[in-house]
Amino acid sequence: MLIPHPLLGLRDAQEFTYLGDASLLNRPDGMAEGAAEALHDYLYLRDNPAGEHRELWFHEQGDRSWLVVTRNTLTHEITQVEFAADVARQKGADQ
Amino acid sequence: MRYSAARLLWEGLKGHKGWGRAWRDPEPKPSYDVVIIGGGGHGLATAHYLSKVYGVRDVAVLEKGWIGGGNVGRNTTIIRSNYLLDGNEPFYEFSMKLWENLEQDLNYNAMVSQRGIMNLIHTDAQRDAFRRRGNAMRLYGAGSELLDADQVRKEVPFLNFDNARFPIKGALVQRRGGTVRHDAVAWGYARSADQHGVDIIQNCEVTGFRIENGKVLGIETTRGYIGAGKVGVAVAGNSSRVMAKAGMRLPIESHVLQAFVSEGLKPVIPGVITFGAGHFYVSQSDKGGLVFGGDIDGYNTYAQRGNMPVVEDVAEGGVALMPIIGRARLLRMWGGIMDMSMDGSPFIDKTHIDGLYFNGGWCYGGFKATPASGYAFAHLLATDTPHDTATAYRLDRFRSGAMIDEKGMGAQPNLH
Ligand SMILES: Cc1cc2nc3c(=O)[nH]c(=O)nc-3n(C[C@H](O)[C@H](O)[C@H](O)COP(=O)(O)OP(=O)(O)OC[C@H]3O[C@@H](n4cnc5c(N)ncnc54)[C@H](O)[C@@H]3O)c2cc1C
Repeated sequence: MLIPHPLLGLRDAQEFTYLGDASLLNRPDGMAEGAAEALHDYLYLRDNPAGEHRELWFHEQGDRSWLVVTRNTLTHEITQVEFAADVARQKGADQ
Repeated sequence: MRYSAARLLWEGLKGHKGWGRAWRDPEPKPSYDVVIIGGGGHGLATAHYLSKVYGVRDVAVLEKGWIGGGNVGRNTTIIRSNYLLDGNEPFYEFSMKLWENLEQDLNYNAMVSQRGIMNLIHTDAQRDAFRRRGNAMRLYGAGSELLDADQVRKEVPFLNFDNARFPIKGALVQRRGGTVRHDAVAWGYARSADQHGVDIIQNCEVTGFRIENGKVLGIETTRGYIGAGKVGVAVAGNSSRVMAKAGMRLPIESHVLQAFVSEGLKPVIPGVITFGAGHFYVSQSDKGGLVFGGDIDGYNTYAQRGNMPVVEDVAEGGVALMPIIGRARLLRMWGGIMDMSMDGSPFIDKTHIDGLYFNGGWCYGGFKATPASGYAFAHLLATDTPHDTATAYRLDRFRSGAMIDEKGMGAQPNLH
């Protein structure tokens, strides 16, 4: 599998470490009402879809950036790659 | 029809024309007392024990493809009961006992072969950990032996003992471990369940659940609606997809595990050997092929095929452990989709929906569990109480903190 890195171009997936669903970027507020339940869902439950999946890859053997990769779990086709920092910043700006 | 030596002789004299089919091919009825979704090892074993041990005979097993086409026919066939934790070890030992009597129970030759499993030790810390695990096994009657390097050398002299980086310092051995012919497990359970009245319905994909007021009434399938008193789901790698149709999110990710078989060779490997320094395990089939595998690929996938880096990694592990494998040619390789759970341990539990039961999260180790999983799931479906050996396999254990994390990896499914 080759991952099209936004800066470095096509890189072998071997250079990356996989973390999982990109929803892990949305950590709930640990001090909020009902935080225990929200953190349980955040940490342990997954959509695990068959089809399009947004997921976190860390370019450990490269520029050490975190990427959000949109990949189809049925075909392994990658349709979008973003820096996780940009995704998180955009989310902050939207709030 | 009972299979026996006399029968074989008789059929042999008559040109093997009288065997007939091993199970029927029925049309689905409008409803059943219990419907099991998934005709893999676990679903079929559940049907067998439900009908034979618990006397529940109005049962259907629905399989979207053909039975045995999933992981039960894709695994590397290793059975063992060498777990450490209290939540697991009694369950896997129960499974081992059921394997030991399986062929008599099913009247089917599943080629259960207890030729031993040897987990190699490469460091002092690993020896300590394996000694502890061996003791845990003994506490539950599973039996274990700790061998030193010379004893290992006597049994498997062809290993690379003096590897500078990973010398072999000994092994933890379970003599009762071994292999079982995986397809025969699916077929044997199917045949027995069928004989006890269970309808095995292939080419029947479950597409949805009919749930009203918190109770499941039946399921939608590609062959129409089927009513059900109770529904048991045992679909392994497809757990999240099927349970999502009932509105549930699970503590599971789907990952691919690959397996490899070499060309047929003369007998060389006596039992199952696992490399303790890399991830590699190998046995030899009765046809002579070396059957081996290693790590999962490590990313979410539903494609039943893996990628090349893991092929390389497995080959490296094999050559590091037993250089002679470098001369063998690879014949076949394939992948299967694993239901990797958040602590590496399975679930056999009711759900919050009345009448809906779930069996899954087997990761890469559910083949050895097949008999106990079927037994425990049948027990749960028939009595609404967990089987004694499966009380820890609850869906809410992450909420309560009672995880069963054999490897101590935390909520990172691709590391279990
Ligand atoms: C390469 C590989 C090696 C392995 N090695 C070992 C090993 O050495 N030892 C060990 O203990 N375990 C091993 N395992 C794990 C083991 O094979 C699995 O944990 C176990 O087989 C899973 O249970 P099952 O047999 O019921 O699954 P499956 O055989 O996958 O059964 C699930 C069934 O559900 C069906 N299904 C899915 N969705 C639907 C639907 N919507 N409607 C109807 N039916 C549906 C599928 O078609 C499938 O037939 C290995 C797995 C793989 C892939």
